[in-house]
Amino acid sequence: MTLSVELHHHFSTVTIDMAFSVPNPGVTVLFGPSGSGKSTVIVAAAGLLRPDQCRIAIDGEILADTDAGIWLPPERRRVGLVFQDSRLFPHMSVTNNLMFGMRRTAERIIDFDEVVALLGISDLLARRPNTLSGGERQRVAIGRALLRQPQLLLMDEPLASLDSSRKAEILPYLARLKTMLQLPVLYVTHSLDELSQLADSIVLIDSGSVVAAGPIAEIAARADLPLAQRDDAGAVLSCRVASQYAARQLTRLTWGPAELWIPQADLPEGLDVRVRVPAREIILARTEVDSVRDAFSLHNVLPGTVRAIADDPDHRAVLVEVALAGGSVLSRVTPDAVTRLALGPGTPVLALIKSMSIEVLGGAQGSPRRPGSGGANDVRRADDLRRLRAGPRPS
Amino acid sequence: MTAWVLARSRFPGRSVLNAVVHLPLVLPPVVTGWLLLVLFGVRGPLGALLHDWFGIRLVFTAAGATLACAVMVFPVMVRSVRLSLESADLGLEQAARTLGAGRLDRLVNITLPLASPGIMVGAIVAFATCLGEFGAVITFAANIPGETQTLPLAIYAALQVPGGEAKAAQLSLISLTLALIGLMASEWAGRRLNTALGR
Repeated sequence: MTLSVELHHHFSTVTIDMAFSVPNPGVTVLFGPSGSGKSTVIVAAAGLLRPDQCRIAIDGEILADTDAGIWLPPERRRVGLVFQDSRLFPHMSVTNNLMFGMRRTAERIIDFDEVVALLGISDLLARRPNTLSGGERQRVAIGRALLRQPQLLLMDEPLASLDSSRKAEILPYLARLKTMLQLPVLYVTHSLDELSQLADSIVLIDSGSVVAAGPIAEIAARADLPLAQRDDAGAVLSCRVASQYAARQLTRLTWGPAELWIPQADLPEGLDVRVRVPAREIILARTEVDSVRDAFSLHNVLPGTVRAIADDPDHRAVLVEVALAGGSVLSRVTPDAVTRLALGPGTPVLALIKSMSIEVLGGAQGSPRRPGSGGANDVRRADDLRRLRAGPRPS
Repeated sequence: MTAWVLARSRFPGRSVLNAVVHLPLVLPPVVTGWLLLVLFGVRGPLGALLHDWFGIRLVFTAAGATLACAVMVFPVMVRSVRLSLESADLGLEQAARTLGAGRLDRLVNITLPLASPGIMVGAIVAFATCLGEFGAVITFAANIPGETQTLPLAIYAALQVPGGEAKAAQLSLISLTLALIGLMASEWAGRRLNTALGR
């Protein structure tokens, strides 16, 4: 089950030439500098721009194939697009905005009431777009795109025009949405926050071509990618809440066969959570010290081997990718440390991770943090929301 | 329609069409009237067709006066509609496209409602201008009391008659009132529609 995109287009400043396949369903974040061609993918997939050559297929169902002369106009594709500026119709109420796409399709996979409940916009239905806040507008725009009953959801920096508190307000909704949707989603962003919280897969793009593509756990931990050079680089790990230790004020997570200890987090046992471990917070050690846990204020000592090493000149540092039992992590250390420890691919090492440095990503799936204001009257259980899961789509 | 074509399309004859539409604005009205006379006169190329096939005579009739007015105010109308179409947000049309709205659907549900303030204001101003049309009407439809006599024509006629000043003053007052109402109505309608559109 994949979404595959092939795109070739010549602009005066940059030539776009890319191809990638990503899992369906799932959120794929297109990540890269401005002008690298991320938005071109979005407008081509929506049909608003006809590239020189383009082929888009979902599970073998062809949406566009210029070589075969298949090019549906946007109005005849079932593709939902959320713009950076919400682009709500100012002369219509929120309800009519939401229904606009729905009235123009026969499909009824995604239900109106459920989308309204999920996005917490039930109080806004009678209002006009100009009376809404930026965050509310964007939620309505997302709802409108979903109610188009799309086969593919495209989001072009949907949170970029919002300030950070508004972003924090919407992110939990998106995180929750993501677990409910049985759709491929292409999501363009510059924000590492959104990337870490929402992405299942990443496509890294630079100057019109794909630098790397793959699952987030793999890509975020790669030492050789531009993503690793960022100040806030770090691996994203998929964990599960294993048990709470109230007396010690700790929470134990399982990460594949490995486990991680974090400061007590108010999360139910069995919940899937994502955590981020910043690269600069991971210490590498060569020696096995049995008493390390007793002697140090340290909870997480994980054995592994060095997989790759890359220079990070901007930080006068070296990035070390370490393969652990649960997956890879990224560690940023000094070049001197690499020399002293004689690190190279294959070297066995211990990754020492301070429990305080592990960031549990907000809006853990299934039970998002409630935003401080608004939507207080639409608390729902995950069970209700499961119904939003699309049934088998007619092919 | 013409405004939409002028605002959105780019085709070879565009500037020619633009010029033809705007001609009545710059041409002396009498010339416009004379051109209409040539075209729509009973022996003119279009007038003959209308007369022979449908028995319609435009020259020196109320219908003719209406046609002359329409031609004169057409550019005013087109300019106003075109301005509002050009200021309309293409992004909203793109959004409508991705939501499944075809060309006509978008025109009816997005473009026209959003351009409605401009269209409304244009129509009211055009109507007010129409009431004051003089040159083209007198040339094309003459000045027949009760049939093709517009307000300014009546005022002019009154002034030609000794002792007609009182009548002229009355008529001028009516004209002034209508013009003011027209301007105020257009202002009001524009504001109302803009509020309705959430601007």
